[in-house]
Amino acid sequence: MIDANTFVGPYPFRYVPHPDPDALVRVLDREHIEAAWVGHLPSAFFRDPGAGNDALFDALSPYTGRLVPVPTIRPDWPHWDRALADALDRGAVAVRAYPQQWGFGSQHPALTELALSAGESGVPLILTTRFEDLRQRHPLDSAGDLPAATIRALARAGPRVRLLVTAAGRALIEEVHWGLTPDERARVWWDISWIWGPPEDELAHLLRTIGSQRFVYGSGWPLRLAQTPRANLDLLPDELRSPLAPLGDAAQIPARSA
Amino acid sequence: MPDAAPGTAPLAGREPLVDVHAHFFHARAGRRDWEMPNRARMRAGERIGITVHIASILGTWGHTSPVYFPSPRDVSLGNDEMLAIQERDPERVRTYATVNPNDTAHALDEIARCAERGAVGVKLAASRRADDPLLDPIAAAAQRRHFPILHHIWQHRTRDWPAQDISDGADLGRLARRHPGVAFILAHIGGGGDYRHTFAAVEDIPNIFLDLSGSGVDRGMLDDAVRSVGARRLLWGSDITMDTGLAKLRALEHVAPPLDAAGMADVRWRNAARIFPAGSLPGIPLLDAKPAMAAHAR
Repeated sequence: MIDANTFVGPYPFRYVPHPDPDALVRVLDREHIEAAWVGHLPSAFFRDPGAGNDALFDALSPYTGRLVPVPTIRPDWPHWDRALADALDRGAVAVRAYPQQWGFGSQHPALTELALSAGESGVPLILTTRFEDLRQRHPLDSAGDLPAATIRALARAGPRVRLLVTAAGRALIEEVHWGLTPDERARVWWDISWIWGPPEDELAHLLRTIGSQRFVYGSGWPLRLAQTPRANLDLLPDELRSPLAPLGDAAQIPARSA
Repeated sequence: MPDAAPGTAPLAGREPLVDVHAHFFHARAGRRDWEMPNRARMRAGERIGITVHIASILGTWGHTSPVYFPSPRDVSLGNDEMLAIQERDPERVRTYATVNPNDTAHALDEIARCAERGAVGVKLAASRRADDPLLDPIAAAAQRRHFPILHHIWQHRTRDWPAQDISDGADLGRLARRHPGVAFILAHIGGGGDYRHTFAAVEDIPNIFLDLSGSGVDRGMLDDAVRSVGARRLLWGSDITMDTGLAKLRALEHVAPPLDAAGMADVRWRNAARIFPAGSLPGIPLLDAKPAMAAHAR
């Protein structure tokens, strides 16, 4: 199993204990997770994420095969297409973008271009719904949650688009999923890091109504406890808990690794 | 208590476990599927290994009066429904008497009425700020019955929020200092806001206990909680996300500074046994009788 939603590096708005690759590897061992897709947390807040990508590849180089780099591509930046090609050459299996942190609206043409280009290259674009609960954000953290309209627009952009949306809750997922055609829905995956379990059983509801193959394992480490997605799976109703992990496989999202 | 399945150990082990922050629903709370979350809570509780759910119902959950400003009629209705759940499942459920301190006489009558029927604590939501003098008679009534008070809290109140008279750790601290003989449970450090502000605000107030419930699962939150108040002032709870409750229970095994077995037992059940009326929690061993506040020191 892959944890498709992890980062290394500090967070600008609060102290996060040891957000380092070696700590992540220990956590994966403890949680019996084979590998992680890893982003560079500070890059989400950089205007130009290029230096962050270099830092990410350097930091993860001792952990090849275990920690898989997911660099950030900012598509309104000059030569972003070169940055994407370079990232793919260096082994990226997915790329991240942060439209909320960059002030993009839901129909931003550059973001659509990035989704299409990544899709043509066979890699998914990872979008982050939120880093923190809206109720605790720093006054300077004025970026709102990722809106459903942004996700729908990207999913509709072309048949090769692949999106992995992290940290979404039930309402956002349902608004996107049921607002797409069946073909478009098949282009979108969701991590389970921010979907509630019992007593409301929202994860169980989504697995029943949308289907388990649209969901992948993700934690949000180092911001969030790595134990959370496992606990959620452990508390599914019996008919959904067998087998234990009834989820899609993040490794199958990138077309070029299929 | 029942196991998750015959021969299967509960996910959180067999040692007693008290959920100090649970909620239930009822038929007149405006949702048709009200039985579903009640059943799911008990199903998940069996699987986790929760010995006793200490729970409240806030009126009609907004159906006929606001969640955090319930009318007297709805307060009584919610308490009746909660006590009925306890009466149907006396081995696993206990009740907080929910009150709205704006209706002082009703609130005091309600505490007395619910105590007669087996309530074990008082639940204050956000009908009035925690340091308001209207809460003093509530606290006095709780003290007479050795009831703890579970108080809904926003972690660092930097502004008003809609639909509630919200309180934070500093507000609750002022009330707790006026009533040192009452154990106050500061609700859900994972329930929104800046918990580090809370830790700083209450670390020196020994009759405030922190409940770990809430959807928030920030890394570092548990470590900071242990560091600031120690295991003797932490209580496990789930509120409305039992999955994050289980995650935090598991994460407690990896906090820094580490908790030893005694510290884990404190968080799981012994602190609850100390602050709730002696012998009131089914399946929870009796501890040596001692004044509750004497055990608060870190």
